[in-house]
Amino acid sequence: MSVYILCLILFCIGLYCVLRKRNIIKIIIGLGIIEYAINLFFVLVGYRTHGRAPILAKDQVISNMVDPIPQALVLTSIVIGLAVTALLVAIAIRIYEKYGTFDITKIRRLRG
Amino acid sequence: MKNKEVGMTLIVKTITRLTVGLILLYGIYIVLHGHLSPGGGFAGGVIIALSFIHLMLAFGKEVALRKLSESWASIFESLGAIMFLSIAVLGFIGGYFFLNFFIQKGKPFELFSAGIIPLCNIAISLKVGAGLFAIFAVLILFNKSGDK
Amino acid sequence: MELHLLLSFMVLAAIVAVEVEDLLSSVIAVGAVGLGLSMAFLILKAPDLAITQLVVEILCLIILIRATIKKDLLLIKDGRWFFNTTSTVLFIAIFLAFAYFALKELPNFGAPIMRVAKEYIERGLEKTGATNIVASIILDFRGYDTLGEATILFTAVMGVLAVMRKVGRIK
Repeated sequence: MSVYILCLILFCIGLYCVLRKRNIIKIIIGLGIIEYAINLFFVLVGYRTHGRAPILAKDQVISNMVDPIPQALVLTSIVIGLAVTALLVAIAIRIYEKYGTFDITKIRRLRG
Repeated sequence: MKNKEVGMTLIVKTITRLTVGLILLYGIYIVLHGHLSPGGGFAGGVIIALSFIHLMLAFGKEVALRKLSESWASIFESLGAIMFLSIAVLGFIGGYFFLNFFIQKGKPFELFSAGIIPLCNIAISLKVGAGLFAIFAVLILFNKSGDK
Repeated sequence: MELHLLLSFMVLAAIVAVEVEDLLSSVIAVGAVGLGLSMAFLILKAPDLAITQLVVEILCLIILIRATIKKDLLLIKDGRWFFNTTSTVLFIAIFLAFAYFALKELPNFGAPIMRVAKEYIERGLEKTGATNIVASIILDFRGYDTLGEATILFTAVMGVLAVMRKVGRIK
């Protein structure tokens, strides 16, 4: 149970970083931390104590495997997180070219 | 116009020449054995993209773009997507979408087993590898001077 | 026991990443969090995920360092500080309330309910012929999700290339 609480604290740190910071790169870092916490939570739900990895071995009957379905979902989610981060960084670079700053309170007016 | 050295120092270039082929080979190994040991199409595709990125970081963009130009990268990515979709549509032979339509699935623990799963792994690795290399090439090459 | 130590290390590295002012140092701290996550996946018996998380983490670090190099700026806090603090506290409190109700319903750590997974584990080898059960799930039993993920990657690549075009205005 205490591992769930630690995972929750990691999520709250990421959430605080997204809501409070003014630098766009810090917001992107906070989103990355949120995504790590969510992936960890999924895999924690599917763990069985003294289980084995979900791969069959030759001539052995394995009776206690960990749950393989959360691992299949998280595998997809990791690569999607990379794609979203790359898109965010591309937009941030473009914003810097146009406005000259990373501060979100100064990026108010639509400039041509 | 002075002719300055692009890329990194001599030590980095020597090590890159020795290891970049091994990284590519390791990525292909992880893709092909995706149904027998951990790995699969996604991890192998990212490793293949990392080998080309390593080449670009150490030698500068000209050398790397000669090995894999941008038009070839987009062709590979579209090829991977079309291969994956056509394997899925061919499942209609057996009855419904995405069916594993090989009747005998081979002996387990061999390289040629498990129906369509190795083919799907190869298609996904092409798509992921070429797509990530295209993202990196555009993000890094964009501007040292403000335009592409 | 090792899992608790590893998670505490990740929490400490995340606090460092959020609070430090230098951008390069905070990016390196996020890299430490990702590496700790990869080791946690190994302890939780998920080798596929450990390999994928490690290589994706390396690529993410390279892209982030590209965005932050030579671009520091100093920040000064001013104005609207009260509204920002109250909304932050409000949102975190709402999230913690929902999380408390959710955590009461979860099964104990280490005893999952495996109703569908039992079916996949027992019949996986004879239906697909693959010995890696996670690979047979993502490519045979649940192939639609992989198709959706390939579409997302394609869209993201097109989005990045469209954002970084050189647009000009003819005066």
